[in-house]
Amino acid sequence: MENLEWPYPLELDKEERITCDVLVLGGGIAGCMAALSAARKEQRVILVEKGAAKMSGAGGSGCDHWESAATNPCSKVTPEDLTNALLDNTDGYNNGISHYIECREGWDRLLDIEKMGGKIRDVDDEFRGAAFRDEKTKLMFAYDYESKFTLRVWGTSFKPAMYNEMKKLGVKIFERIMITSLLTEEGRQGGRCIGATGIHTRTGKFFIFSGKATILCLSRPARIWMFSSDHTGLCEFRPTQCIGDGHAIGWNAGAEFTMMEKSVRTEFSAAGRSYPPYGAGNNHNTWFGASIIDSTGKEIPYADRDGNILQSVEERFIPAKGQSFFLMGGSIDNPKYEYRGPDTLPFSKMLEQGYKLPFYADLTALPETERKVIWGMMVSEEGKTRIPVYENYKNAGFDPEKHVLQCYGIGWTSASFLPQERQLFGLPGGFLNDWELKTNIGGLYAAGDALYASNCYGHAAATGYYAGRHASKYASKTDIIPFDRKQAEREKERIHSPLRNNPEKSIGWKELNMGIAKTMQNYCGELKCDELLNIGLLRLQEYEKNVVPETFAFNPHELVRLLEVFDILTVSQIILHSCIARKTSSAALNFNRSDSNPAEAGEDQKLITVRQVNNSVVIGEKPIDFFGDLKENYEKYNRDYIGGR
Amino acid sequence: MINKNFVDYSEMPASKPIIFNPEKCTGCNDCVDICQVDVFIPDKESGKPPVILFPGECWYCGCCVMVCPSEGAITLRHPLMNQVHWVAKSELGSI
Repeated sequence: MENLEWPYPLELDKEERITCDVLVLGGGIAGCMAALSAARKEQRVILVEKGAAKMSGAGGSGCDHWESAATNPCSKVTPEDLTNALLDNTDGYNNGISHYIECREGWDRLLDIEKMGGKIRDVDDEFRGAAFRDEKTKLMFAYDYESKFTLRVWGTSFKPAMYNEMKKLGVKIFERIMITSLLTEEGRQGGRCIGATGIHTRTGKFFIFSGKATILCLSRPARIWMFSSDHTGLCEFRPTQCIGDGHAIGWNAGAEFTMMEKSVRTEFSAAGRSYPPYGAGNNHNTWFGASIIDSTGKEIPYADRDGNILQSVEERFIPAKGQSFFLMGGSIDNPKYEYRGPDTLPFSKMLEQGYKLPFYADLTALPETERKVIWGMMVSEEGKTRIPVYENYKNAGFDPEKHVLQCYGIGWTSASFLPQERQLFGLPGGFLNDWELKTNIGGLYAAGDALYASNCYGHAAATGYYAGRHASKYASKTDIIPFDRKQAEREKERIHSPLRNNPEKSIGWKELNMGIAKTMQNYCGELKCDELLNIGLLRLQEYEKNVVPETFAFNPHELVRLLEVFDILTVSQIILHSCIARKTSSAALNFNRSDSNPAEAGEDQKLITVRQVNNSVVIGEKPIDFFGDLKENYEKYNRDYIGGR
Repeated sequence: MINKNFVDYSEMPASKPIIFNPEKCTGCNDCVDICQVDVFIPDKESGKPPVILFPGECWYCGCCVMVCPSEGAITLRHPLMNQVHWVAKSELGSI
């Protein structure tokens, strides 16, 4: 690269202090909805975002379906039945509170977004008469057309609508700022959260935000096991800069986490080895219901959960005889028999029967409305599909009435991965929350992907808005607490120190990320045991002690990438501590130990929690159903909201 | 271009996610402002296409193209290894 003049002012020596009532960290779906909710409660709100809030976050470029909106007028399933099914499907290892909020309030948020200018109905009557459309409300449903709790939506319109609404309500938006730490009362770990520090990603300026309440809406961790230095942006499904800053800063502040020992073998959108999500042949999520054919054109049959071959396309979208509804979508992998929907017969079985590779997704023979809703509505409105898949494939000549698209894997996968190549995917661990979406740290709330066992757009929007309400209530009874100067100075020193190192002999962010990823693959792969986990932890602690002080960044942008990898290093240690704490294998957590007595297996069906007290790790536990009766508790904590509707 | 008097020490990136058409780009920098990963910097000369400083960090979301006011000014291109194969159904079995 030629030498370019840095186009932004360098302000590493500058500091800005800002005060508000409610401080929202992260401007994705959850963050924007949290900010809107608090602003509607008359709070002075600041939202801090690392990218550009108008289209940033995992759902910034779009979203094609909204799951679990069980209170929409067409839904045949109650929020209680749906949440209980989600809980049962994961043997209880799931966030009952946050998913109940999603099921109960998701529809309210859709109506909200519609008022802001987002499109949630087929107002242009493009799909009039389609099996998935309700003619009266013009709502369109996905997957289970009888139960009608998952909606197809025009999600490219959502994020810009939220952004405009925030502007309208006077939310102060600070963009291009990475949050690097939480400020706590008297600088104590475990003390009440009173604000946060940040660094400008272009100028390096240091920010100190003070808030009466803080809502952490930062994304889930990534790039723990999977890294590609050439294609960092293709390492995982979530955006490049979403690597789990929130988990790391929460850990350092003393927040409590759970389910962090759960990881899955990499399955989706990873390290550049997968094909573009929703851009290769498959019949899941966005592409659910597509026909799959072999290389001679022979169709792979769909079957119900009992293996009965389905004769028509229409049957792909209805529950089996005697089944009240089926589960499908981003949070559902290998559903239990009770909730399993129609699917194609297993590819391996088909190959044994003489079907020939490669297989293709075939939209040509589908009813016109089904073809058009997959290719054109879903592939176009989903994140990362409008331009890179829909427009680009169309321009290159792809015609869904004529062409078939090659499959490169089974289900929604499009590449194969080794057992030690893992991801936090499919309801991974995160912040432990109570019924107010508060963490164990006073004044600190969490929403969206930051929460344990979280996933998807509707969940992020519903929990963000909910946390905004409860944080506002707290803020209105609290005063601003002055921050501890020493804590802020320590943080400033930590984040600026790499700039003073010698580039000739220092280590860069990519080398460190790869070192962490390989360590995690070696010592925290699919099959775990105490010896390996303990050595892994020692290796990471060595990195922390000896490598982190020897790192270097050339400019503020690269410094932020490096600070992110420091956070990845922190999160990796949370994972190792959590793995060490769980003593027996657990199928529901994809947690497999070689050194546990099989007789003990299943005995520890509880949530294991981890947090730091005085920089020492403290392990705790909670019953998996600690949240109690869903409806009763929800109503107890949300009387105002229920009454106010 | 390589000749014996001049060797460029630059390195071709592993992928080129974004290609600007300088004829169509007005240098408005809307793409620089929307990119959440911040892969671009504005060109020092106003009216010129931005510089793609960090191509490997591109997330391939396409927001830069979505907000571009000048159609055809930006092309987003998946790396070769991620370009997908399709075929006319009528040609299946004839390969």
